[in-house]
This record gives sequence, C-alpha cells and structure tokens, in this order.
Amino acid sequence: MTKSELIARLAERFPQLVAKDADFAVKVILDAMSAALARGDRIEIRGFGSFALNYRPPRTGRNPKSGEKVQVPAKYVPHFKAGKELRERVDLPAA
Amino acid sequence: MTLTKAELADLLFDKVGLNKREAKDMVESFFEEVRTALETGDSVKLSGFGNFQLRDKPQRPGRNPKTGEEIPITARRVVTFHASQKLKSTVDATQNGNVR
Repeated sequence: MTKSELIARLAERFPQLVAKDADFAVKVILDAMSAALARGDRIEIRGFGSFALNYRPPRTGRNPKSGEKVQVPAKYVPHFKAGKELRERVDLPAA
Repeated sequence: MTLTKAELADLLFDKVGLNKREAKDMVESFFEEVRTALETGDSVKLSGFGNFQLRDKPQRPGRNPKTGEEIPITARRVVTFHASQKLKSTVDATQNGNVR
C-alpha cells in the first residue's frame, strides 16, 4: 500500500469529507511524526507501536573502494517497535 | 514530550479543520488502515517517511532465561520499519547539534 492508496482508503471511510481533506490529513500526520522524531521526541501509538531514536556511537569506518580509514560521527537513527495488537495481527496464525 | 494520537487529532482539528470527532476517527483510521494492510501481508510505503515491511522468521532455538530450559521460538511474521532517506537526514541534521 502506498501513500496515495492510503489516502484513497481514508477518503472512502469519510464520505462526508472532501477528498482533499484525507490527503491533507495524511500529510499533517506524517509531518508531525517526522518533526517529533527530529526534535528527539518519542511517538507512542497504542495498539500500533512506538517510534524513538537509537544512538549510534562514532566509529572508524573504511571507504570500501580505497580502503582508506574514515571517522564516522555519532548519529541518531529512527527505530520502530511494533505494539502488541499489530504484532499479534501480523503474526502467522498459530500452527 | 511524547507524540500520541491525542496530539495528532488536535493537529487535524487545528490545521485541516476536521471537527473533534472526525479528527479522532481520522487518526484511528490512519493507523488501522496501515495495520490492515500489514495484516493481509501487504507492505506499506509512505514516501518521505518510511516503509513498513513484513519478515518471515523461521523457528529457532531459545531458552527460558529464568530456568535455563531450552524451548523453541516458533516461526513468526514480524513488522520492520525502514525510515526513508529524507526522514533519516532530517533527524540527523536536527540531532547533530545535540551529539557533538
């Protein structure tokens, strides 16, 4: 499912709204989630999951082409942990 | 500060002009549509944000950490999230000041 498919499905669920509202709503939600992570805030959606930043310490890497050593600075990367409901719904039916 | 469904609904009320009820329902529906897609085995690609993908993990040996007893961890399907290059660089650009 792509973003435009998601927008179409939401527009179908809300026939009283104009199609543009679903489009704008998805943009507002995703922008707010990106901005929260950029600020270093967590996102917690009950039944879906949580997003947080994971710290990656600085390390010495290598340029794979030249074999030259390069310092890779510390950074933060977004991390998602699925919530209980999502985990259970996605899992294969018990054999 | 933690971003939750309540804050997202407030934003839809303020910015999109949905009423309180619609805003709350829209946030709930947004995550429900993503869950439904994943539940049916479909991956979800939200350009500019990231992709949710499914991984089938085979059964592997595990251990009860309390008793040391060996018990197999059953085969399962799990969700993984890969942040888009755009989200990664936005986070990195804003967080860099905090790291150094």
